[in-house]
Amino acid sequence: MKDRIEIIGILNEIFEDIIDEGPVYLLENSTSKDIEGWDSLTNIQIVVGIEKHFNIRFTSEEIISWNNVGEMIDCILNKNTNQ
Amino acid sequence: MGMTFNELKKNLKKDFSFFKQLKLVLLGDSATQFLAQSIRGAGYEVRLDIRIFEADFNQVERQIFDFNSELYSFQPNVTVIFESGHILLQKYFRQDEKLRASFADDQLYRITDMVEVIQQHLKTNVVFFNYAEEDDKVFGNFANKVEESFIYQQRKLNYSLSEYATRNSDFHIFDLSSVQNKIGRDLLFAPAIYVNSEMVLSLDALPLIARSLVQMIGAFEGKIRKCLILDLDNTVWGGIIGDDGLEKIQIGNFGIGKAFTELQCWIKKLQQRGIIICVCSKNNEQAAMAPFEKHPDMVLRMNDISVFVANWDNKADNIRQIKEILNIGFDSMVFLDDNPMERNLVRQYFPDINVPELPNDPADYLDYLYSLNLFETASYSSEDAKRTAQYQKESERTKFKASFVNENDFLKNLDMFSDVQPFNEFSIPRVAQLSQRSNQFNLRTVRYTEGEVRRIAGSENYATLSFTLEDKYGDNGLICAIILEKHPQQELFIESWFMSCRVLKRSMENFVLNMVVEYAITNSYKTVVGEYIPTEKNALVKDHYSNLGFVEDSGLWRLDMANWKPLECFIKQK
Repeated sequence: MKDRIEIIGILNEIFEDIIDEGPVYLLENSTSKDIEGWDSLTNIQIVVGIEKHFNIRFTSEEIISWNNVGEMIDCILNKNTNQ
Repeated sequence: MGMTFNELKKNLKKDFSFFKQLKLVLLGDSATQFLAQSIRGAGYEVRLDIRIFEADFNQVERQIFDFNSELYSFQPNVTVIFESGHILLQKYFRQDEKLRASFADDQLYRITDMVEVIQQHLKTNVVFFNYAEEDDKVFGNFANKVEESFIYQQRKLNYSLSEYATRNSDFHIFDLSSVQNKIGRDLLFAPAIYVNSEMVLSLDALPLIARSLVQMIGAFEGKIRKCLILDLDNTVWGGIIGDDGLEKIQIGNFGIGKAFTELQCWIKKLQQRGIIICVCSKNNEQAAMAPFEKHPDMVLRMNDISVFVANWDNKADNIRQIKEILNIGFDSMVFLDDNPMERNLVRQYFPDINVPELPNDPADYLDYLYSLNLFETASYSSEDAKRTAQYQKESERTKFKASFVNENDFLKNLDMFSDVQPFNEFSIPRVAQLSQRSNQFNLRTVRYTEGEVRRIAGSENYATLSFTLEDKYGDNGLICAIILEKHPQQELFIESWFMSCRVLKRSMENFVLNMVVEYAITNSYKTVVGEYIPTEKNALVKDHYSNLGFVEDSGLWRLDMANWKPLECFIKQK
């Protein structure tokens, strides 16, 4: 199982690819306010990008529940242990 | 090909400045931001700079019925209406139960009303997405026997929309239902995304939809493919004719032979639609022709092929030769070959030719070719079907010409006649089509839809002429059209002059000008004014007006009617 550091690295790459405005520095407590270009539209792409990369499917409730990057990681780890 | 949504989105940052610009309004009853980005990004791939005005979510009716809306001020070339099957299902639910059996009729009435209001106020092609089927399974399979079930009504509505499109030439259907048939509902629609964003198309489906839509829009702009060039061994039949011989090649009803037979049926249908079919094969000519002449299971026969080239020369040289005979651009050609080396050679020499990456297994050829949608078109007329014979006659004329030393003697002996008429109901579709297809002999490259041609034909401000050309070898059909705009001060402006390249070097230009001037003089015009607008493809007519005796005057070309003398030509008016 991947650890949190590894996952945040992967998320960082997904964010950079999708936002496409140069480097992104994600922290566990980063929110959409902290990351330029992370808006409701790019968020949809990011969600689908994460689902594809980890081969998981988020529920619609999970998608709106995250308050920061750390909670996204919790959710990914949770899926990976359950599946 | 096979681009992701994110790749299309990255195209938006690229340089569109040398591409043809056009304007598109996107109206949707779901959130369409991603669709708009996909369309613009897919436009980049076919060198179109599609400027999009995207109406706010669920503003379809307001945009259409408020004549002060952005739809009307933006003046789009193309208006795209995307209503989702999902919202349609909600409308159905709200319909009085007793009226559900007439749901499709009511919706068709609502939609055609919107379309006609747009068309009355704007010169635009309207593209309407048909509905991806959404079976609510309220009746199970029995729904097919229940007129008021949703799936029954939705299918009826899709069918009725197509039927309506056959009667409205500037109304087009984007076949979303066909996209869903190909990729499946589970891939087209992502429920979790829909719930959070009001978007009904998945990120995986968007690139496929955008590519197909842009192919349609490209066809409105004349970006169409006209010719299919075929390799033979292991492409059109299984095996190698030179080694295996006539009896051993694989074609017919057994095993892999079926795949080749079905491919040939598809090619035959394309030929019947008006696509020019050519052969380019590394073979001895006699051996290569034998199956077309003698094999009982061949679907394609020699008279389906416009140009047949079989020799041991380099395929690039042979394709160049085919191009010269047909006189069409490389970008309107498709080349099919099972051999990756040949494909790469052709791609390297002619990057504009479309060369499908055929799968290894011939059983997969046909479905793969369907998926590419290679032969999108914006029009169809019965003239199209005659094209093969016309190109075959062209090669007969080439042989006849060789027997004359003097070009004029050759032209005199062709016994050419032209029927000259103002545009009428019979010629209007063909004129629109010729405007979309003609790239080389086209002075101003204005593309017209059928509806626009019809409006011009009925307008007091214009005069129109269409020309056919027949000779001892046959009838070329309608090959040239002229649109004259009546300007003040007794000037007649040639808004459009486009001609099929099939009739080049036949003195047709002189004949056409004689007819234009005859019209001008009869109607007391003093000057005929022409304009040449250069494009990537029309250098052929760069000196057209100066060759015909026009004099340049600040970017326009003027011909004075006083002292004008008819030009020599070998064509008689019918």
